[in-house]
Order: sequence, then structure tokens, then C-alpha cells
Amino acid sequence: MATGVFSSGRAKISERTLRTDRWWLQPAFTVLVLFSFIVYATFRAFENAHYFVEPLISPFYSPCLSTGCVTGSSLLGQPLGVYHIFGMMISPSLFILIFPLGFRLTCYYYRKAYYRSFWFSPPACAVAEPHSKYTGETRAPLIMQNAHRWFFYAGCVFNVILTVDAILAFRNEHNQWGHMSVGTLVLLANATFLWLYSASCHTCRHTIGGRLRNFSAHPIRYKLWTYVSILNHKHQNFAWVSLFGVALADLYVRQVSAGSITNLYFF
Amino acid sequence: MARKLNLRIWRGNSVDGGLQNITVDANEGEVVLDVIHRVQAEQMNDLAVRWNCKAGKCGSCSMEINGKPRLACMTQVASFEEDETITLTPLRAFPVIKDLVTDVSFNYKKAMEIPAYEAPANLKPGEARMQQVDVERSQEFRKCIECFLCQDTCHVIRDHEENKKSFAGPRFFIRIAELDMHPLDTLRNRKQKAQEEHGLGMCNITKCCTEVCPEHIRITDNAIIPMKERVVDVKYDPARWLGSKIRKRDGIL
Amino acid sequence: MTNSIERYKYDILVIGAGGAGLRAAVEAREAGLKVAIICKSLFGKAHTVMAEGGVAASMGNVNDSDNWMVHFRDTMRGGKFLNHYRMAELHAKEAPERVWELEVWGALFDRTEEGKISQRNFGGHEYPRLAHVGDRTGLELIRTMQQRIVALQQKDARDHGDAESFIKVFAELTITDILKDNGKVSGAYGYWRESGAEVLFEAPAVVLATGGVGKTFKITSNSWEGTGDGHALALKAGGNLVDMEFLQFHPTGMVWPPSVRGLLVTESVRGDGGVLTNTDGIRFMFNYIPEVFKAIYADNEAEADRWYNDQANNRRPPELLPRDEVARAINSEVKAGRGTEHGGVYLDVSKRLPADVIKKKLPSMWHQFYELAGVDITKEAMEVGPTCHYVMGGVEVDPDSAAAVNVPGLFAAGEVAGGMHGSNRLGGNSLSDLLVFGRRAGIGAAEYVKSNGANPVNEATIKSAAEKIEKPFTQTGGENPYALHQELQEVTHNLVGIIRTRAEIESAIVKIADIRKRSANVTVSGDRQFNPGFHLIFDLDNMLLVAESTAKSALLREESRGGHTRDDFPGMNAQWRQVNHISSFDGSQVNVKSQKLPMIRKDLFDLFDIHELEKYMTPEEISKGGSN
Repeated sequence: MATGVFSSGRAKISERTLRTDRWWLQPAFTVLVLFSFIVYATFRAFENAHYFVEPLISPFYSPCLSTGCVTGSSLLGQPLGVYHIFGMMISPSLFILIFPLGFRLTCYYYRKAYYRSFWFSPPACAVAEPHSKYTGETRAPLIMQNAHRWFFYAGCVFNVILTVDAILAFRNEHNQWGHMSVGTLVLLANATFLWLYSASCHTCRHTIGGRLRNFSAHPIRYKLWTYVSILNHKHQNFAWVSLFGVALADLYVRQVSAGSITNLYFF
Repeated sequence: MARKLNLRIWRGNSVDGGLQNITVDANEGEVVLDVIHRVQAEQMNDLAVRWNCKAGKCGSCSMEINGKPRLACMTQVASFEEDETITLTPLRAFPVIKDLVTDVSFNYKKAMEIPAYEAPANLKPGEARMQQVDVERSQEFRKCIECFLCQDTCHVIRDHEENKKSFAGPRFFIRIAELDMHPLDTLRNRKQKAQEEHGLGMCNITKCCTEVCPEHIRITDNAIIPMKERVVDVKYDPARWLGSKIRKRDGIL
Repeated sequence: MTNSIERYKYDILVIGAGGAGLRAAVEAREAGLKVAIICKSLFGKAHTVMAEGGVAASMGNVNDSDNWMVHFRDTMRGGKFLNHYRMAELHAKEAPERVWELEVWGALFDRTEEGKISQRNFGGHEYPRLAHVGDRTGLELIRTMQQRIVALQQKDARDHGDAESFIKVFAELTITDILKDNGKVSGAYGYWRESGAEVLFEAPAVVLATGGVGKTFKITSNSWEGTGDGHALALKAGGNLVDMEFLQFHPTGMVWPPSVRGLLVTESVRGDGGVLTNTDGIRFMFNYIPEVFKAIYADNEAEADRWYNDQANNRRPPELLPRDEVARAINSEVKAGRGTEHGGVYLDVSKRLPADVIKKKLPSMWHQFYELAGVDITKEAMEVGPTCHYVMGGVEVDPDSAAAVNVPGLFAAGEVAGGMHGSNRLGGNSLSDLLVFGRRAGIGAAEYVKSNGANPVNEATIKSAAEKIEKPFTQTGGENPYALHQELQEVTHNLVGIIRTRAEIESAIVKIADIRKRSANVTVSGDRQFNPGFHLIFDLDNMLLVAESTAKSALLREESRGGHTRDDFPGMNAQWRQVNHISSFDGSQVNVKSQKLPMIRKDLFDLFDIHELEKYMTPEEISKGGSN
């Protein structure tokens, strides 16, 4: 039976949408960019190489937790062993990527982006979606979106680690402090973008003050809430910038590690 | 300064109808509603359209203009290209009555399902004290002019008639948020009801409601997502749930 | 058609779902009665939403010198002492309670530092008195009341199993007749706008709360609903209208672009520091301070500017004079050739306040100008000019019960009722009027029903009402209702507008009669289903009656006072202050007679400085010192 805009009783119009603007541009662009990222990230996560070169570590591999990690890359030790599936060593990246990945997957902004562009639910506003049934986030698996705050907490832990990584990058190849290279800037920028992305997150906004009923009784949390609200306004921008940031930071470390480029030192 | 404007207006009723082409004069500075009125006065006396204030304050002249849910009184003719044909249709999420007028009674039914504000029992008129910072969040949602464009654009009901029974829609999510954030409201189960009865979980935050809101209320960011987070507090966060049982702190949950 | 009419029985029928109607309905329901609410448009769209500035109530939250007596004095002054003293008294006394009550129902007004309801300055009010929510106070009021109705319905659903068992809202329904049997109201007749199907309401009491008449005029801030339906219904039911010559032209309507001409620019713009200048850059309002106001308005820019920060030691800027004074001043400036190319003057707030403050204090004004006129009011001046905004005249009622004179069972509240505002209404007094007298009409009607019981409708009464609705479809004269409406608007605008003369008014009366005659020949195209052409025919009939009443009253009043300015009689005359003009309808035309204004009670008389009263009253009245 016809449903949605073709339901009986609604105005009889045969087009799925009468929009005349290029509404498909945005979802198409989202698909392109997100898909490219996924391809690159998958390749890198499985590559299991070129993720560390003193003093730089790729954000895809930090902290490197397995005994299979290259020397010097394990900030938090190596509690995990080396495991194989089908004779292939599991990349240490896979142990940790689940957290930032989960954070982004359950992020309120990315949800909008991929529901629209990958799932066409809806492809754009006032453009009929192709699905005959829709239950939203009320049942498994999508009810798991409610776990966003746990991923947020985990994301913050990773931000701390990646910030430490950036600080450690104020050394030279011989682990001597007081130096700074392009790599330092790259890791610093990456950490900053990630913090901005996390701090602008809706869950953060809720936790820091949004959940209060009376702001006036909690002036400091209210103040923080107003700052986070300003950042929250730009959450979408931070989501993209930090995504590019991670990928570019990884790419930089990879190229340095593989010897294709030299990490230029300022001092 | 007059120009000729090509319009395509949907005319018909709940049984049948279609788009009709028409040419009409438009003057400088006019909005789409002005042009509709000219069509009505000169060419189609019985063209049905709802409108009241013509100032974007009452939310009556909601319709779809070139496929986008908009207020006809706030859509400038000058925003279209010289040779562009402007297509006017009724809202497509609701049953049509005639021409550009739809049956929006769904929204009034939903309004009836949202439990009203409950003032503290012992508070006498004139005794309420609230700080401006505490009322501002709810005030944003009270800007709503009930044009129902957000309801119209929301794919949950626009594209799925069967969801109408279990989904209140963005307009009423902001109503729930308004009350849940009201500094003096005493009803404490609004979050649970939002999830269990009003279909908050159906929303997949694709933000079309925010995009169409003529009052620029940040429906998704300021109402729906905060409500989703509040629902997590009481339903999906074991730590928070336990904490609330132990401390029973008012004003947070 | 008549054999298939829908029939409903209620205790009270409220016609109009704006502030006054909803407030009356709430009160009647709380008195235990069954109430039907009729809206001409959707529920919650009433013109009340357009009220921007605030609701006047002497709560004294910002300045504790304020009290009901000060508010009463301001109201009487504003109305040039033509107000019914008792209405002004009730209004000033009860307004604070009505505002607080809204808060109990969930309204969220802007707050003071102490957490009380904030109050702002407004023209004609001595102290900051207008409770407000930014510049969308009317919306807050209507939404609160709408939600109060819903709350009552939810309670009825719990207690009686049906949400609509005691209050039902009939949206998009037009009432064409008040029905009377045995000399008393027995109900009302109308039709669904959606289907054209006819509806009969049997109800012993009817509350009129239909608002204003702005659509009678060409340039107006009113929406299509302001067609004087209640005024005309009351006339046709045998009721009286009082002082219909008094129309308020709001001084600041938008003048450009043409499509928004007349759209209101809230007085708060001036209250918050906006100044009026002509094309010579002169702040001309200093030249227009009338003698009676010289004591409280600044006569130089320096003092006026100081007032915004120190209201105790300075007189108010003349931009905040009562609306009629400002409207006339703008009109004079434009006529003298010092107006803008679009026929207005400049109103500028951009030089007074920082951009973010403007956006915070006047958000919908910023929005309105930015989106509709392409003007950023934080950077540029607005162009404004007078627009027909409010009718002070209206149904003659008993002040305490809001019962219409001459028609048992009929009540009126809000803009449709007359007397409260005298010859000119102060800004902010309309929202408080709605609340105070809406409630009183609810009580009045409830008490009337309880003591009088039902009054069954006679079948013959129904038949004649039904014939009236069918009539337009049987007419073949070929007149276009839209064209006639436009003609009427031209006549009223040009001949009984802001400035009037005998010759013009006389010519208007002739022309209105002519349009009325031709209106019997209007032809409808299409069928009954949601047909705006058909709907307009009934509105047009109402507007013609209102216009006739206004023109005839205006002709009689040979003075200038408040919302009535005669070029041939420019001064205010104390003799005329004692006169109300009462319009009635004999079935073919409106007749206007003079009636003596009730004398102010002694205790209220004594609230004024005698020298002030001397400016308005005759020596005999002064010597009497009010009545006992």
C-alpha cells in the first residue's frame, strides 16, 4: 500500500520531491568523503607498518598495546599479545580503533550525515525516502546509539593519550627534549582538533551543564555550558576537521616512517 | 517594477488534484503570499489558502514552495530567478482539504497528549521567582509559532503514515523539552514518557526540522538531542541510574 | 442544506479564540459549565499573537512606586477621560493578578534580577509596567491560554472520560448570526469554513471576543480576521456600539516594501531608545508635545537622553507620548514634505543600542525588517508611518459583567467591547484588557446561565439564518467581493482615516451606502468547500456595518480627541467629553445617537490633581467633583 507522501488523502503529486535545487549534492559529497576515509583508514589499520618513527606515532596506533608493536611505540606498555586470524597477525590498531570509531559512529552529527547520505533516511529534507518501514533508533541495533556517552568518555581518554603523544613530539629522533618539528605541529593540531570535536559534542554539553534544571544554582557549570554551547554550534565543522586531522597526521607519520619524506626540524 | 511570474499551483481535494499553470503580476518587494492573493482576487476567487498575520508570526500560511516547506508570507518573490516557475503545493505530510489547505488536526491531537505544565502546588500567584538564565532555554521553544513545517518535513511521519500514532514530532519534542527544562515544573516523568509514549527514539536527528523552522529555533541541538541525553540519564545509563537512586537529587533528574 | 445541519448544545458559546475569548472560556469552564470556543482560523493563530510590547499591570516589580491608581490615571489620561471610569478602574486593579495567573499556567516572562517578572517602559505609562517576553508577548499569552485550555481538557479526559466533554474548540468556523428567542440570546448559527456545512449552536449565553475592525481600512496592522464580526453581530442582535469614531492609528507601521505596508513596528523600539527623525534629520517630536503633557515630557534632547538611564530625575522623551499624538505628528511631518520617499519618517535604534542588545531586546523586529524589507535595524534606520491598529469603540457593555447592553445573554470582551480605552488606548493595555474583561465576561456569562437556564431555539429562527448563508450562491449580479472590499478600504482610508473633515465624512457615508447596495449583487464562483470568495462576503457585510457606524459617529463628533481628528474642529472640547456616541442598527441602516458619559466616581476623581482635570472637564463638572 502506498504510504508516505503517496498515502491516500494527501495531495496527489507523483513526484517524490518537487525540490528544484541540487539537494543531492550534499549527501553525495558526504558519501565521497566518508567513503574515502573508510578506505584509507581500513588500509592503514591493516597495514600494521610505518606507524612509528621517533618521536612520532600515528593516531591510528596509539597507544600500541600489543607485544607485536615496534619498540618505543607503546606508551602504556604491552599488555596484549600477538594474535593471528587465518595466519595473519591482527594489527594492534584494531584493538583500539573501536573506541574513536564508536565515538564517531554514535556521534549526533555523523548520525545525521550517514543516515541521510548512506541510508537515504531521508536523502534530503522533503525528499521521500525509499524505505517502506522505519523505526528509528528505538530497537537494536540502532538503540545502541544511546551508548554515545560511553564512547565520549573513551574518546576523552584517547584525547589525553594523543595529547601526550604530541608533547612527546617535542623531542628529536634521539629522545632529547626541547626540539620541535613539522611532526610536532601535525600531532599538536590533531590533538587540538580532537579536543574541539569532543568538547563540542552534545553529550559533553549535556554532562557539563545541560542536564541541570536550574543554571542559576550552578554558576560555574552554567558558564562552562555556555562555552561548550558555542563550540557545539560548530560541532559539524569540528567533526570534519578532526577527521581530516587524524587521517593527515597518520599519513604524515607514515610517510616519514616509510622514508618518503623527512620530518623537518625547526630547532 | 512589475514582473510576470509563472506559477504552478496545486489545485484539488483529498480525492484528486494536480498542478495548474498560471501567470500573474508581481511587484517589487512582494512575497509569495501577495502573489497568491492576487491570483485569488483576479483569477481564482475560490483558491483556498490559509493565512492570518502575513508577518511570519502566526504560522498559518505553511505550504511547500518548490518542494520546500516554507511560510508563503516570508518567501520573497525576488529570491527566485526571473524565468523560474514557482511551484506551490500543500503540505505533503498531512491530508489535503482543498488546494493549498491541509488538515493539520494531527498536531492538535498530539498537543493533547503532552502532559501540561504542573506548577508547584503551594506556590501562590505572584510568588514565583525565576532567574532569566533559567527560563531562557524554555523561552526559545516558546517562540514556536506552530506553523507545523517541522512536522511536515519530518520523514518519520511524512514518509511513514503508520508512524503518526506513535510519534509526536519535533514541534512537541520542543514542548516536552520546554517543560522538562522549566525551572518550576513539578512533573518528573517527562523523559520516560518522551521515549516510551511520544516516540523520541524514532527521531534519527537528521535535522530537517531545524532547517525549516522559520523562527530559527534550534530544535535538534537544543531540544531533541538534550532530551535524548536526558532519556539516556534515566533509561540507558546504569551509573547515572544508580546514582539517582542513592542520592535522589532533585533538579538533576 | 438546512435539513442536514449539525447541532450542538452548550451553556456558553465563546466567539473568538484570541486572548479574551480563551480567558472567558477558561473562567466559564472553571465555573462548571460547558463551553464551545469558535475560531475563525486555526486554534492559536488569533491576532493576539501579533501583540509585541507587553501586558500592562502595575505589579511594581521594576519601580515599586507603581500601583493601580497610577495605572488608572495613566489609562484615563491616555483615553482623554472619555473612558468608562469603572472599566478603567477594574482593569487597573485586576491586571496584576491576571498576569501572575498566567505564570501559574506556565507562561515564562522575562525576569528581573530578583527573579520577578520584568517590566518595561511604554508610551503613556508613568513607570515601567509592561510584563513582556522579548517582543513576542502576545504569542506567549495566546500559547499559555491555549495550553491552559488543553490542560483543562486533559483533566476532563481523566475525570469524565472525554477531553471535549466540557470545552470544545471549533476551528475554522464562521458565525453569521447570533440567534435570539423570547428577546434573549438562544444560540448562534454559522458554517464550517472547510466544508461550508452549516452549524447550529444552542446556547443561552454568547461571549463575543472577535477582536477588531482593521481590515475595514487600507493600511492596517490587522490580519484578515479583523473584520469587525463581533461588532456587526452585536448590532444585528440589537446591541449597541459605543464611540465607533475612535480608531487608533499606530504611529509606527512599516511603510515599505508595499507588501508589508501597515505591519506593526512595536512601540518597544521607542521604549528601548529608538528616536524619530524626519528627512532633515530633526528629532521632530519635541515640536509636538501638547500642553496637557508638557509637565512630564522632556522638551530638549539632552534631558530626553538622560531619561533612559535616570528616570527619577528627568522627563520622558516625547517619542513616548501616547500613540495618537505620535501618529498625528508623523502624519504632519509627511504632509509638510519632510517624509521619506515611501511616505514615512525614520525610526532609528541603531545609534542608541549596540547590535547584540537590539537583537536580544527586539528579536522579532530585527527578523521582520531583515527578512521582509532587507533592512538591518542594528545598522540602519527603519522607515515608519501610521497604520490602523485598534478600535477603541465597540459593544456597549456593563463594566462589571461585560454583559452587552440591550441583549440579555450577550457578552463582549477585549477589543470588540467599547468604553475601556476612551478615545485612545495606551500600549500594553490591550493585553491586560483581554485578561481582565475576558475573565469577567466568563464569570458574567456563567452567572447569567446559572440564573436564567436554557433558551431553546425556534425552528423559524434557524431557517432565516440558514437562508442567509445560501443567499450568495443564488445571487447573479456579478459583483466581485474582493473588488468591493478594496473599494471600501479606499473610502475609509481616504475619507474617515487619520484626519477627517465634514465633507469627506459625508461623502464616505454616501459611498459606503452605495457599496452596501452593490454588495447584494456579489456572485460567488466555486462551491462551498474552503472558498475564500464565499467567506469574504460575510466579512464584507460586517465591515460595511462597522464603517458606516464609524463614519456616522465621526460626523457627529465636532472636536478632535484621541483617535478621532477633525481638521475642521482641531481642538479638544470639554463639552464633547461628556458625550458617548451610541450606534444601533434598524435592519437597513446604522443610527447614531448621543448619550451622556457616566460621571466619574468621587474617590476616583480625587485621584487626580484638580488642575489636570481642568484641562479636560467643564467648570460645572469640576465643581461637582465626581459622583457618589
